[in-house]
Amino acid sequence: MISIDWYLALSAVLFCIGMIGVLIRKNAIVIFMCVELMLNAVNVALVSFSSYHGNVDGQIFVFFSLAVAASEAVVGLAIIIAIFRNNLSVDVSKINLLRW
Amino acid sequence: MISYLFIFLAIMAVASALAMVISRNTVNSALFLVLNMVSLSGIYLLLQAQFLAVVQVLVYAGAIMVLFLFVVMLLNLDDEVSLFNKFRVKYFVAFIFGVVVLSQILYSMGTVSNMLPEISPQMAQIGTVEAIGDALFKEYILPFHIVALLLTAAATGALLVAKHKVNPVTEKND
Repeated sequence: MISIDWYLALSAVLFCIGMIGVLIRKNAIVIFMCVELMLNAVNVALVSFSSYHGNVDGQIFVFFSLAVAASEAVVGLAIIIAIFRNNLSVDVSKINLLRW
Repeated sequence: MISYLFIFLAIMAVASALAMVISRNTVNSALFLVLNMVSLSGIYLLLQAQFLAVVQVLVYAGAIMVLFLFVVMLLNLDDEVSLFNKFRVKYFVAFIFGVVVLSQILYSMGTVSNMLPEISPQMAQIGTVEAIGDALFKEYILPFHIVALLLTAAATGALLVAKHKVNPVTEKND
């Protein structure tokens, strides 16, 4: 088996790519996809720890995080559709009704 | 053999994540994210988590990304033409921030491999459907049911939020 460090490094790199994507993109749907990428990166870290500890609890936690990610995606996309219906745009720099 | 597979899958995951962030077309971004999910499920297979690999493909690449693609095509978005046209301070700051967070995470993970317990080879074979189901339906049965409630609430809430016309509350005199 290869060392756990490589899996953790992959997880960290994916997390940071997702974070940079959240920061630089303006399309709300792409921001959402970057959040999903960050969730996935954390899942990789959890699964690698679970596998290297020989303990199944980490994988159960990943299962629950998958369910939470699914419901989050459903509600978030519904909110995006509702915003698009009002503003005719999903550009987050144009959605500034509550912005200071 | 496992090392070569890991290198291949990791490069594919990182490259598709980068391509997702960089590409201007939203549909291309979604398809790159699907590629990323599939390569991550390969990583799960290398980690002996067979159940999670299957669930990753089913739930993420199957259900969630279909939902994303459906919304992208429903809204018929234009390409984001202004992305990377000119240098902005925002991109530079985001890059610096990402590098700082990456170095922090790598620093905090640096000593973790010394703390791992010694496990036998058959203890590493834990991710089978049998083992997961055993733990899920015995120890974690209450969270499992709460997840069912959460999914129902999410589906109902999404229907309510995305409904086209909210019926105005009319006062009834009877």
